[in-house]
Amino acid sequence: MNEVEKAQQEVIEEFSFFDNWMDRYQYLIDLGRRLPDLSASERSEVNKIRGCQSQVWMVAEYDGERLNFRAISDAAIVSGLIAILLRIYSGKKPADIVATPANFVSALQLEQHLSPTRSNGLAAMLQAIERYASDALPVK
Amino acid sequence: MSHAAKAPNRSTEQRPIEDCRADFPVLAQTINGEPLVYLDSAASSQAPGVVIDAVAEYQRHDHANVHRGVHTLSHRATDLYESARDAVQEFIGAGRRTEIVFTRGTTESINLVAQSFCRPTLGAGDRILITHLEHHSNIVPWQIVCEQTGAELVIVPIDSSGQVDPQELIEKMDDRVRIVAIAHVSNALGSILPLTEIIQAAHDRDIPVLVDGAQAVPHLAVDVQALDVDFYAFSGHKMFAPTGIGILYAKETHLEAMPPYQGGGDMILEVRFEGTTYNELPYKFEAGTPNISGAIGLGAAARYLASMGLERIAAHENRLLAYLTRRLAAINGIRLIGTASNKASVQSFLLDDIHPHDIGTILDHQGVAIRTGHHCAMPVMDFFGIPGTARASLALYNNEEDIDRLIAALAKTQEIFA
Repeated sequence: MNEVEKAQQEVIEEFSFFDNWMDRYQYLIDLGRRLPDLSASERSEVNKIRGCQSQVWMVAEYDGERLNFRAISDAAIVSGLIAILLRIYSGKKPADIVATPANFVSALQLEQHLSPTRSNGLAAMLQAIERYASDALPVK
Repeated sequence: MSHAAKAPNRSTEQRPIEDCRADFPVLAQTINGEPLVYLDSAASSQAPGVVIDAVAEYQRHDHANVHRGVHTLSHRATDLYESARDAVQEFIGAGRRTEIVFTRGTTESINLVAQSFCRPTLGAGDRILITHLEHHSNIVPWQIVCEQTGAELVIVPIDSSGQVDPQELIEKMDDRVRIVAIAHVSNALGSILPLTEIIQAAHDRDIPVLVDGAQAVPHLAVDVQALDVDFYAFSGHKMFAPTGIGILYAKETHLEAMPPYQGGGDMILEVRFEGTTYNELPYKFEAGTPNISGAIGLGAAARYLASMGLERIAAHENRLLAYLTRRLAAINGIRLIGTASNKASVQSFLLDDIHPHDIGTILDHQGVAIRTGHHCAMPVMDFFGIPGTARASLALYNNEEDIDRLIAALAKTQEIFA
């Protein structure tokens, strides 16, 4: 099990403790509220991932070994979901990111938020993470 | 077998509005375990059984291409399609059936007028007058034609209630204004514009007026002749018909003078490589095989609305809107956006500092469907200094219980975010 798979598994287990949707959302909102904000200059047009209903800003840094992501949204639930994405993908090796399918989306019943056809910026963020990772891989 | 062409029967006419909810099969379902409360009709409305059946019957028994065939099915399809045009003509009180052009929707109707009516005669220094509350569909087509011709877009402001002062609009009607293009009802704010006064003033100055009626037709009686409006655009799917079909009403004199918008089949009489003779109205503007089933659905929806009575629908919705506004206003931490005295069917709002997208998500979990975001009216959001709103919108099938469910769901939302 690589680091991304491990982080994903932990998140899935953590969410299995909630047996109703309200608790799940309260937890997400809590995660969202505790998510460190980006600086005003980082909340820029360049870093913005466009969505029709909520906005997401993301910064990616590659230290040669690992990809680090920071991101925030103007909506609390979306920020909570970002916190989950960051836990799974930030600080991980590009090869692990690329090799690991995003199983948590269906396991956490997050299709509503994370399916590629949703215009809330989150799905676009997930795609951006995957793109950064594959770009960071050595060209074959 | 003219299923869709049935005249509304008397017994339907007598039905209380409250009973019509049962006509809409989509409403009888649960979402996330809760009975669906649909408060997003301003984005797209649901179809009653008679519309669904008219489309299905046509597909099942009568489908063929229109205006072409010698065979029975083609005749039936043509009769149904043209009878839908008659239903729409009657629905908006147009004087002639030739003034009813089927389009893909309000957006295409406005683009058609911008490109075919305005573009050929517009030049540098000419002006197009719109208001600050327009939907993007009544902004962008004009921006495009301004770009093409050097004309200028002039914006009439709104006040803090979300209403346009007709005097301010009329003052801007100088001799450089070539068209006034305004909403009948604002999609984000619900404000009803005082059309009669505006159109009268424009005509006194020989300025034609286009009205974006997308948010008006399902809610209030529209009579294009009484309004004396030059162009009236609306969409099927906001008035209980399918998507992808809409109407441009235009005075015949304008349509006669306008060149075709698109070329292709059905809009021609004769095609030679030396030149083409265009078909008569309205076919000159209906290039290619049209959305026949959509038109039939729209005709059925127009008959359905007429059978329920637009005055009765408006009265029902006004009562509901007053109740909705009163219940919302009583919530601690609510901010109502769009508080004009004359309104139809929608109420935008913000709740505490909760992002509208979060409100919409939590409401959906309780089976309550609303719209959140900028409602394709970003200038309106800029005016109020907000990124978007939550918007509840009503239609004839809504009732007080829907509003009670919304209010309860909002209380739960506040609880979760507390």
